[in-house]
Amino acid sequence: MMALPYITEHTGFTGTVYATEPTVQIGRLLMEELVNFIERVPKAQSASLWKNKDIQRLLPSPLKDAVEVSTWRRCYTMQEVNSALSKIQLVGYSQKIELFGVVQVTPLSSGYALGSSNWIIQSHYEKVSYVSGSSLLTTHPQPMDQASLKNSDVLVLTGLTQIPTANPDGMVGEFCSNLALTIRNGGNVLVPCYPSGVIYDLLECLYQYIDSAGLSSVPFYFISPVANSSLEFSQIFAEWLCHNKQSKVYLPEPPFPHAELIQTNKLKHYPSIHGDFSNDFRQPCVVFTGHPSLRFGDVVHFMELWGKSSLNTVIFTEPDFSYLEALAPYQPLAMKCIYCPIDTRLNFIQVSKLLKEVQPLHVVCPEQYTQPPPAQSHRMDLMIDCQPPPMSYRRAEVLALPFKRRYEKIEIMPELADSLVPMEIKPGISLATVSAVLHTKDNKHVLQPPPRPAQPASGKKRKRMSDDVPDCKVLKPLLSGSIPVEQFVQSLEKHGFSDIKVEDTAKGHIVLLQEAETLIQIEEDSTHIICDNDEMLRVRLRDLVLKFLQKF
Amino acid sequence: MPEIRVTPLGAGQDVGRSCILVSIAGKNVMLDCGMHMGFNDDRRFPDFSYITQNGRLTDFLDCVIISHFHLDHCGALPYFSEMVGYDGPIYMTHPTQAICPILLEDYRKIAVDKKGEANFFTSQMIKDCMKKVVAVHLHQTVQVDDELEIKAYYAGHVLGAAMFQIKVGSESVVYTGDYNMTPDRHLGAAWIDKCRPNLLITESTYATTIRDSKRCRERDFLKKVHETVERGGKVLIPVFALGRAQELCILLETFWERMNLKVPIYFSTGLTEKANHYYKLFITWTNQKIRKTFVQRNMFEFKHIKAFDRAFADNPGPMVVFATPGMLHAGQSLQIFRKWAGNEKNMGTVGHKILSGQRKLEMEGRQVLEVKMQVEYMSFSAHADAKGIMQLVGQAEPESVLLVHGEAKKMGFLRQKIEQELRVSCYMPANGETVTLPTSPSIPVGISLGLLKREMAQGLLPEAKKPRLLHGTLIMKDSNFRLVSSEQALKELGLAEHQLRFTCRVHLQDTRKEQEMALRVYSHLKRLLPTLRTQVPRCCWCPGPTRMRNWGASLPHCSRRVSPRPLSGHTTHPGLWLCLATVPTRTWALTSAL
Repeated sequence: MMALPYITEHTGFTGTVYATEPTVQIGRLLMEELVNFIERVPKAQSASLWKNKDIQRLLPSPLKDAVEVSTWRRCYTMQEVNSALSKIQLVGYSQKIELFGVVQVTPLSSGYALGSSNWIIQSHYEKVSYVSGSSLLTTHPQPMDQASLKNSDVLVLTGLTQIPTANPDGMVGEFCSNLALTIRNGGNVLVPCYPSGVIYDLLECLYQYIDSAGLSSVPFYFISPVANSSLEFSQIFAEWLCHNKQSKVYLPEPPFPHAELIQTNKLKHYPSIHGDFSNDFRQPCVVFTGHPSLRFGDVVHFMELWGKSSLNTVIFTEPDFSYLEALAPYQPLAMKCIYCPIDTRLNFIQVSKLLKEVQPLHVVCPEQYTQPPPAQSHRMDLMIDCQPPPMSYRRAEVLALPFKRRYEKIEIMPELADSLVPMEIKPGISLATVSAVLHTKDNKHVLQPPPRPAQPASGKKRKRMSDDVPDCKVLKPLLSGSIPVEQFVQSLEKHGFSDIKVEDTAKGHIVLLQEAETLIQIEEDSTHIICDNDEMLRVRLRDLVLKFLQKF
Repeated sequence: MPEIRVTPLGAGQDVGRSCILVSIAGKNVMLDCGMHMGFNDDRRFPDFSYITQNGRLTDFLDCVIISHFHLDHCGALPYFSEMVGYDGPIYMTHPTQAICPILLEDYRKIAVDKKGEANFFTSQMIKDCMKKVVAVHLHQTVQVDDELEIKAYYAGHVLGAAMFQIKVGSESVVYTGDYNMTPDRHLGAAWIDKCRPNLLITESTYATTIRDSKRCRERDFLKKVHETVERGGKVLIPVFALGRAQELCILLETFWERMNLKVPIYFSTGLTEKANHYYKLFITWTNQKIRKTFVQRNMFEFKHIKAFDRAFADNPGPMVVFATPGMLHAGQSLQIFRKWAGNEKNMGTVGHKILSGQRKLEMEGRQVLEVKMQVEYMSFSAHADAKGIMQLVGQAEPESVLLVHGEAKKMGFLRQKIEQELRVSCYMPANGETVTLPTSPSIPVGISLGLLKREMAQGLLPEAKKPRLLHGTLIMKDSNFRLVSSEQALKELGLAEHQLRFTCRVHLQDTRKEQEMALRVYSHLKRLLPTLRTQVPRCCWCPGPTRMRNWGASLPHCSRRVSPRPLSGHTTHPGLWLCLATVPTRTWALTSAL
């Protein structure tokens, strides 16, 4: 979502974007925060000469190793964000969205965040599931919808957990105990975080934890340009929450306990460190603020303010950035650093459980997931294991999905269906020959009964009629079956042919009608009639032959 | 012949007790399960024994759908599910699920505690009943079973009100519940896509009214309230706790703020705060403006409106009181009404919902003629008016329309209008009367992509506009229907094609050389039979002098009857093979039209 403006604003993209309402609202907040942070530190000029490959080669790491630097872009503006979001059409879970009559797209709950979705793309006979950023853990969002993913031809799997070795529950516990320890020792706690997502769960944990840990007097500050909006928005998406939280709304109570934290003044939120915050600021305290990369945003101030004291602690919870790299510019650092990344997305054990449950015919995933991570190459359990082995893809690679389309849906009008005459060919299998007019509109096909031959009418009218009447010439039906010679001869005799001779050949028989100077070669799959040029005779023979054959 | 059957058990040519049975493609769905405000006897609830004489309702009904939380749409639900007995799913939206049990409990209290009715449903029954509810999102396609699916659309009547589409295969019915086509101060307008249902079941409360603009009514309302409080009178506004009350609160709140008025506004019963809270939490269901501004200012946090205490009613001086219930038939609103009715300075308005309530009000009005209180009737109820109903019918483009939830006379008028202006058939059954609509669902089959593409490719030819015949073979195996080309059908079934050939010897008398002769005959045939493929084999094996006989007569004769040129890739070799003396061809084609 965060890169949406780059697609919609500068590439000439004119299509529709589909997303759920919480995705749009919360995505807007995240982008708004990002834009705000970036715009606070305007750069008069930006260096670009280093992007030259020859120069980049000489630079120290990590600049040296950066890929595709020429494609790096400046951050978008709020105007671009608004324009991008205006192109989104809101959809709900399990809503079937018809695209050009060809495919149907359906979002499903992925269980990771408010309104986060997996998608099903299906035609009448094929089904592709896109599973990205899903979670099987019970946190605040609606649980993941697994049942609807069943019977997929292809399942595209991505957005797995970044820290497959960490257990989110354990991390939350560690987070709380470290926080309490620091506060008790008189230090401050800094939590670099995004303004939405895990923070709701952290606040909920703290809500239950602070009283038991004796922290009820410690102020919690949530500083972000969108802090207020984020907290407010989280309360109004009752329909997108897990069952527990939903039933709270029915009472009616706010679904998240941070409403109570705010009411009791334990949690305070500010748009930035300037203004009201500087008056209310009191230590020791806990501060939640962004950006988790520690490169911009209000978090930078706190790092510099608290970094020199060993009483203070910074706790990293967001898994998106390596905490060592994030801290690098602040070294040497006296402050304690705790790394408890909380990533609730699927780990490899959950993936294999999910695949067993859903049983797709093929799995497609990024290349990284098909081998153990480079740092832990002995951990064979840290990769996707399924049968048949997953197809992997790489950046900018085009992958042909392994299915062959054979059928499409077509509708037969009831009048036409009534006129069909099915024939039972084999037990349980019937055939019917269909001759109908095909109408295709919006990629939907309908078979209509063929119009009756035009009635002879006055000249003018007939001319117009002829436009509408299709080529009514009947197509030769295909014939099938074989002719039993004896019965054929009998019926020939019945119809007045006399003097019939039958000769056996290698492949069949030859029937000679001496009187009519006709020779009929009958083989398993063919009949060859050699006769005089007599239309009447031909018709008679044809009808006799056809009696023994099936027409399609 | 497949058909859709509709039987209203309530709300057929009537308002109240909404309950409509729909049978569609073998599925039975009950739409709404309401109570009638006008009755206190058996007629209060729909007659569920109509559904099945003996046997369980669960076996007969596939699902129950509740459109919104008003009691005339859900009031009989606990009676139906717990006392009559129904264990299947009940579908409603989230806000309806949240608010419905509260109103039911309220209703139960008035009926049992105040009126002392026995044999009424209990609180526990309401709880058990709500356990059977499945909440649906807007636009979510809910698969009730393999065939039956339902989908909710925004209806804008009250918080969480929805219209439902019920679909089985290609047949569908849309039930509107109550809806409003013009956005008001707190809710948006109803919307539905062009889903072309076989039948649209719409409410028709305001079948004959085309209401003046909302603004006029609002101005009127504010003026009257203002005048009354200015001269020191008290204003009683009987309302339902949820719905119009919030809209009027927003209206008065903004007016008070603008005019800087200090006269107190009260809202009776403990429900108020709770009700407003629901609006706050379900703000995604309100209109655009409120949703946009809720972070800065939640419209449902009122500054001027306070909770009412019974003692306040005797306070001197002007005041405005919202009291429940809306029909003035019981409870606090009736108490206050009795107290204030004697003073001509006071005013009561009725934000009425139920038309039978209106009649009652008239009785009450006649009774209080000697007591001088002014009674104003103002309708703020959010139903679509005639224009709105026509608009919705236009939006959904149904094959036919069925009217419920309105008075027979007015319905008749609207029916005429719909049939004349929109040219769709329109029905208005009374309670217990069944409307049967034959439907003609088309049959979906799978068409082999090869066949389809072949046809489509022809569609790209110059004469694409001209409809063309498609030939194929339908294979029916169990319930699996597939349309494939005839060749493929033969192949799949392991049947070999049987070739039928005719050979006919024709003698030509000519002295030219064979090669030249062959060419001449070839070009002649080509001209006569332009649509057939004519071939002269490179090696002509036929011997010398030949006689041409009957060619002139038979070939043109044939040419009218030959089939269109078969497509390339055909397995056989249709066409005319000219071997000077031998003309093998598939005579079936040549003579088939004889």
